[in-house]
Amino acid sequence: MPSSRAFDILVIGAGPAGMAAAVAAASSGSRVGVVDDNPGPGGQIWRNEGHKPSTREAAAWFEQIRSSSLDYLYATQVLGPIGSGVLLAEISGCAVELSYDRLILATGARELFLPFPGWTLPNVFGAGGFQALVKSGLPIEGKSVVVAGSGPLLLAVAAYLKRHGADVRLVAEQAPIGKLARFGLGLWREPGKLKQAIRLKLSMGATRYKAGCWPVAAEVGAVTLSNGPKTWREPCDYLACGFGLVPNTELALALECSMAQGFVGVDTLQRTTIPDVFAAGEITGIGGLDLSLVEGQIAGHSAAGDEVSARKLFGRRERARLFARGLDRTFALRDEVQTLARPDTIVCRCEDVCYSSLAGHGSWLEAKLQTRCGMGACQGRVCGAAVGILYGWTRTSVRPPIFPTPLGNLAGT
Amino acid sequence: MSEGRVVVVGAGIVGTAIARALARDGHHVIVVDGRPVGSGATAAGMGHIPVMDDSEPQFALSRYSQTLWDELSERLPASVEFDRCGTLWVAADDEEMVEIDRKKRFYDERGLPSDVLDSRALLREEPNLRPGLAGGLVLPRDQVVYPPCAARFLLDEALSMGSEARIGTPVVAIEGHGVRLANGEQIEADAVVNAAGWHAATLTPGLEIRPRKGHLIITDRYPGYLRHQVLELGYLKSAHGSDRDSVAFNVQPRRTGQVLLGSSRQYDISDPKVDRPILERMVKRALEYMPTLSRLSAIRVWTGFRAATPDSLPIIGPHPEHPGLFLATGHEGLGISTSLGTAELIAAQVGGRTSPIPPEPYWPARLMTVTPHV
Ligand SMILES: Cc1cc2nc3c(=O)[nH]c(=O)nc-3n(C[C@H](O)[C@H](O)[C@H](O)COP(=O)(O)OP(=O)(O)OC[C@H]3O[C@@H](n4cnc5c(N)ncnc54)[C@H](O)[C@@H]3O)c2cc1C
Ligand SMILES: Cc1cc2nc3c(=O)[nH]c(=O)nc-3n(C[C@H](O)[C@H](O)[C@H](O)COP(=O)(O)OP(=O)(O)OC[C@H]3O[C@@H](n4cnc5c(N)ncnc54)[C@H](O)[C@@H]3O)c2cc1C
Repeated sequence: MPSSRAFDILVIGAGPAGMAAAVAAASSGSRVGVVDDNPGPGGQIWRNEGHKPSTREAAAWFEQIRSSSLDYLYATQVLGPIGSGVLLAEISGCAVELSYDRLILATGARELFLPFPGWTLPNVFGAGGFQALVKSGLPIEGKSVVVAGSGPLLLAVAAYLKRHGADVRLVAEQAPIGKLARFGLGLWREPGKLKQAIRLKLSMGATRYKAGCWPVAAEVGAVTLSNGPKTWREPCDYLACGFGLVPNTELALALECSMAQGFVGVDTLQRTTIPDVFAAGEITGIGGLDLSLVEGQIAGHSAAGDEVSARKLFGRRERARLFARGLDRTFALRDEVQTLARPDTIVCRCEDVCYSSLAGHGSWLEAKLQTRCGMGACQGRVCGAAVGILYGWTRTSVRPPIFPTPLGNLAGT
Repeated sequence: MSEGRVVVVGAGIVGTAIARALARDGHHVIVVDGRPVGSGATAAGMGHIPVMDDSEPQFALSRYSQTLWDELSERLPASVEFDRCGTLWVAADDEEMVEIDRKKRFYDERGLPSDVLDSRALLREEPNLRPGLAGGLVLPRDQVVYPPCAARFLLDEALSMGSEARIGTPVVAIEGHGVRLANGEQIEADAVVNAAGWHAATLTPGLEIRPRKGHLIITDRYPGYLRHQVLELGYLKSAHGSDRDSVAFNVQPRRTGQVLLGSSRQYDISDPKVDRPILERMVKRALEYMPTLSRLSAIRVWTGFRAATPDSLPIIGPHPEHPGLFLATGHEGLGISTSLGTAELIAAQVGGRTSPIPPEPYWPARLMTVTPHV
């Protein structure tokens, strides 16, 4: 029997974008609810940091969240829309209906997995996922780790692992050194970012950081890396691997919001194409912390009808976007990492579909129907983006529920 | 090759089965579909292959088709997930047990094996059913397939016998001797088969078919949870019943260990969106029979459209007014099952041979409103 809750403004996702949106929206006196499937706020970057923020900025935002008048629904998964202005969610296994006048989507991003031989082995993890595992208690003291893939997340994860006693052997960044240097210079225009980068680099100490190389195969106890001309084995207990981020657009798609280049399309006030539905943070474009925060604030103000406050933040958002564009250019995936899969490499873990059985299909729909790729428990969350890169297919629709849920929750009242 | 050229419109399970039968008979077949193979109703359907007892013609076609599936089963690739899991019809109370006895007699008289279960045997066969149900009837020869791969297999067989497939461009008109595609291309043929599923009427006006929407839910993997395709006796009432929306308990074990749950019926809705109220009714109905289903993790809900006819029988045969045009549609909730039988009927008619089973009950003329000649 689902219970129900009603809000003026409902924010889905309590990462930086959702936190900022909720705080801004609550300042108008509206009844604001915040939903996240984690046990507390913070999203990916500040996961589990509520009581021990890692930076002053994080501390300030947690403090604002605490002092704002908000309704929290943590450990709550939104399963999808079930009518106009109503979402179905699951709290500790039970169904609950959440209704809203205005909705802010801040569902963030997940890691991009690119299939390569050995990527499904138990010693291979997503970089961010591995960090999350360590945050929730995986002992890492003295273990050797290679962090590989692409993007600033690699540095953040490597630094975190080191702080927790891991022996980080190598950070392997696929982007060429030239691009990184140009991006480094670009950082001068973003002093905050520069400080973050320097701090990360300093805390890396003896760890090797190599640009222009990437993983080509993993085995238990080692990873094989390549820089093109040269290929070598690097022993390690764990391989933490991330090739970038993929927006969590499922809920936006289920609400029928229009997409723009794979992200949720928004106007200057962070409005989606669906009336009274706003979006902020990584679902509108991968842009890092600052952009997520300022987009969240703008979305919160405009959802609360305070266009004036929203407009005051446009300049800051523009600067953050410049940085995001630089990120995009710098860490664009080279062809070599997009073609790592061998014929027998598993692409869809849930349904055990390998690379060769997908080849030859004309579209995602056809491949899905014939091979069941993306039809398992994760519903294409992991393989969907990889298949997009490997074959250029795009997913056009999502099926409810967004997350698996006990069947009984679909029985209504 | 001596026979003529035939265009088959639609690469669902019905169109691909027809293509295969015609190719085997020596025709040059061109299958045309605007969308990927088996992605229409065929992708939505449950793939249950039962022998039905609701009318003599339905029995004749479903039984004949099942024997064809049996013959084919040895050659089906693993991807088709052919499984002779049997059907278990459940009687909730003593009143329904009377109907079980009638069913049993019906199958006995026609030489089909079936086993009556009492209340205890029922629980032994399907321990997840609620205790207290009166009994049931097992039809051990009934089968299950995964329809999109079955359609792909049938098409591949047709292609291996010289057929062609034009996938990606829809037919905009069936004219004189052939079809016209959306890109303007004309394909000439001696015969055309309209197997466009519930869209058939847009190409052949006057066909009395209505879309009938259904919902399905699939769960994560629970090997051993279920052994048979299990249906409530009321399923037939739901399938044939009036215009009202209806639901029935209908659950299927997949080879993967997943559980596929149906079913709902709604007329005249063309919006494929999940309809919350009827989905809730469908789940509630299922939980009345199998309460532990409520704990299984549901990973996906989808909808599909059956092509329903006023007399619940498919439309198979020559168009009453247009020589060279054949129709194969209106299979409602049985098109996966009866695709192979349908294909043999059409192949016999196109080839001018005697039908393997009496074809009259399925003739299009019985339902078609006569169009005035121009
Ligand atoms: C795995 C990972 C680790 C990262 N680590 C770092 C790092 O260490 N340093 C760094 O600078 N950047 C990191 N990033 C990047 C950082 O997350 C972004 O730059 C930015 O902070 C994202 O903010 P956001 O609010 O848009 O999204 P997120 O922080 O992703 O927050 C979205 C939140 O919404 C929740 N959510 C999504 N869908 C639903 C739903 N249907 N129901 C309920 N809740 C839902 C998610 O669980 C999540 O908590 C990481 C990203 C990822 C994917
Ligand atoms: C929820 C549900 C459960 C079901 N369960 C079962 C079951 O358990 N057992 C069973 O036997 N049946 C079942 N069915 C019914 C079964 O799915 C259908 O009867 C069967 O798939 C019909 O096949 P078809 O080839 O006629 O139609 P479709 O699969 O719809 O194929 C028609 C094809 O024609 C194409 N087409 C349409 N218009 C054009 C055009 N203008 N030009 C070119 N191509 C065109 C379409 O793209 C489509 O591919 C179920 C149906 C539903 C909805």
